[in-house]
Amino acid sequence: MKFFGLLSVIIVGSLLLSATKDFPDWGDQDSPANEGPVSSFYIEKTEEKTKVPNMVTAVLADYRGYDTMFETVVIFIAGIGIIAVLRTYGNNDSTPKNQVGDEGAGLLAKITCSLILPFIQLFALYVVAHGHHSPGGGFQGGVMLGASYILLALAYGLARAKSCFSEKRTLVFAAVGIIIYVGWGVLCLIMGKEFLNYSALDSILPGGVEMARSHSMLAVEIGVALTVTAVMFSMFSNLSTKGRLDKGL
Amino acid sequence: MDIIIASFIEEVIVPKFNYWIYVILMMIGLFAMITKNNLIKKLIGMAIFQTAIILLYVSVGVKSEANIPIISHHGHQEHVENAQDEKHSSKLEVSTDDKSDKSDHHAIDKDKFANPLPHVLMLTAIVVGVSTLGLALAISQKVHGSFGTLEEDEILDQLKPGGHD
Repeated sequence: MKFFGLLSVIIVGSLLLSATKDFPDWGDQDSPANEGPVSSFYIEKTEEKTKVPNMVTAVLADYRGYDTMFETVVIFIAGIGIIAVLRTYGNNDSTPKNQVGDEGAGLLAKITCSLILPFIQLFALYVVAHGHHSPGGGFQGGVMLGASYILLALAYGLARAKSCFSEKRTLVFAAVGIIIYVGWGVLCLIMGKEFLNYSALDSILPGGVEMARSHSMLAVEIGVALTVTAVMFSMFSNLSTKGRLDKGL
Repeated sequence: MDIIIASFIEEVIVPKFNYWIYVILMMIGLFAMITKNNLIKKLIGMAIFQTAIILLYVSVGVKSEANIPIISHHGHQEHVENAQDEKHSSKLEVSTDDKSDKSDHHAIDKDKFANPLPHVLMLTAIVVGVSTLGLALAISQKVHGSFGTLEEDEILDQLKPGGHD
């Protein structure tokens, strides 16, 4: 088995390596991918049309809005799937073995975590809100915010983290994030243009068509961040307790 | 012999080193997925495979002399000032010429920004990768709960009709 695996890997790898000589060089400005009309359009027109200097955020939340919407749905489904596979309710006979008690980590770790947690969360909110002008966005900020709750659970025990972010609240947050995203698209429909065509909202958002698109991106990024935060914490708490949600790592 | 190897490295590998690294990483992941017996090791192989694909896409978007695909406001102001200077100096020229000149100056030099499209696509891939990895870990936890092992051959032994169960 190992031999056939190695053989097939070597054959596929040498085929792929022999194909690399047709690929563009490293850093080639005139490669088909970099010269193509789509990426040239994104680089040259995004700031003019959306007033968002960060092209990645603009493409992610505006031009490829459908893609990002269903990406958020994929995250949501993954969270729901983990709960469906793992979560057990009631008192099972399988008492947790070889698990540290719920008192969390030592004193030093607790104090350090309580000192840096507010800054992590503040930075996460900054990453979400400032994703238009600097690297960042809903996914990145959402993961950071989720990681702050995971850190809380690691330092103070899962019960303490669950008192801030209970299981019901994670599910509600995950659903509300998607509802914000989809609702924003439906709002564009109601205002008379296509689904997720943010330029329809210039009559209710200040600053003209371009700023309407910019503000709409912020709105959908907030929705994405809510879903990602909730699902990240839900994934951690289910995986670390085998779905019992009683005692963490 | 040394010269041949050196020239091979310089002419074949160095200009395309990103593709070489991606292929090697991807083959490591594929090998782990094919041959490893432990389900968690298979998942690690899958994660390496995904990382290789992400490396391929992001490295395709790299341009030499380009920066991150974020337009800095400082540079934008310089553009505007240059355009205004140009306008003052070329007042005597024909108006149509002036117009085309101005639009040229306002245009953003796309060689100065990395290609944003691979970054966006790979953001999607990272998110989907996290989702699949989390779900796969959950399922393997469940497998461990019902079989007591994560080794593939032991699970197959137990699943056989004449097996332990």
